[in-house]
Amino acid sequence: MPHIALPPGHAGIRSAMAFRPETARPLNDLVEVLLTGPNSLTRGERELIATYVSSLNCTHFCHSIHGAIAAAHLGGDEALVRQVKTDFTQANISPKLKALLAIAGKVQKDGKLVTPADVEAARKLGATDIEIHDTVLIAAAFCMYNRYVDGLGTEQPDDEALYRERGRRVARDGYVAVSAEYLAAPATH
Amino acid sequence: MPHIDLPEGFPGISAGLTYRPETAKPMRELAHVLLHDANSLTPGERELIATYVSSENNCHFCQSSHGAAAACHLGDASVVDKVKADFLTAPVSDKLKALLAIAGKVQKDGKLVTSSDVEAARKLGATDLEIHDTVLIAAAFCMFNRYVDGLGTWQPQDPDMYAQMGKHLAAEGYTAPSIRAPVQAT
Repeated sequence: MPHIALPPGHAGIRSAMAFRPETARPLNDLVEVLLTGPNSLTRGERELIATYVSSLNCTHFCHSIHGAIAAAHLGGDEALVRQVKTDFTQANISPKLKALLAIAGKVQKDGKLVTPADVEAARKLGATDIEIHDTVLIAAAFCMYNRYVDGLGTEQPDDEALYRERGRRVARDGYVAVSAEYLAAPATH
Repeated sequence: MPHIDLPEGFPGISAGLTYRPETAKPMRELAHVLLHDANSLTPGERELIATYVSSENNCHFCQSSHGAAAACHLGDASVVDKVKADFLTAPVSDKLKALLAIAGKVQKDGKLVTSSDVEAARKLGATDLEIHDTVLIAAAFCMFNRYVDGLGTWQPQDPDMYAQMGKHLAAEGYTAPSIRAPVQAT
């Protein structure tokens, strides 16, 4: 039961965004740039960072939907997504991405935990400054999205099939295009 | 020393925003809607929520710049210090205290917010929109703080620099940069 009167018929962040379209727009624009914009990190890699941080924050809606989007980008490999959530050091991903996930995991706790050695390790494995920047900001941004979704007590369905289906759609169309589905809902205040 | 090659002379978040304009735009717009646009919570009250969360996250740059903006709006810097030290005894409304309690829980983990926290705020006059915005301001500053700290940005100690920034933020809001050129500060 959400803490405030969120519009019915929408789950997770979609219900919060439908309630407040003025903040939904920059929230969607930010995630669109970070996760779908032109980047030397693939969309699958960036979704794995978002999924991992959401999993550390135990936000069911976010780690399920971004896990599903990541899988859609990675040829439907849901086992890989589960492995990144459980223990990314054992996952079949590049050493560079592992170094970036280590940075993201520190940002999830506190940005001050990131050390020059963490950054140097990523750089030696080929990470560029902009990839390091975007990793820090993706991790920071999901500390916002996760708290927003949990802090309002939004509905977070268990149905895996629902996340799989939405995940494919967001992977194909992007965040801003899909947001038209729920931003069209009438505001309740 | 920043972790990546950020533009020199730009303190705190202004370095990250100058480095990556593509992400700066929505981040600025979000802060502007949350802290500066018309709202039944005053800009001073909203800046106090931002300052309190930044203080809980020990982010020097964010608590100093938003603290300065709050002081500017409220015409009183001592309220800002009192809210950071112990908001329960600070000279702010009971409604704002209930909202700060919610913000403090969101800062740790959104799941800590209970229906009785929300009910308490509502009984003191908080609307659904005010509760929503409190949650999102607290969540957003968990992002801004981590961004500033996670890049190892330069966070000067100089109170005058923050006072200047606070004046700009209180008057103009967030869509235009408050730091437009490299600054000299200590």
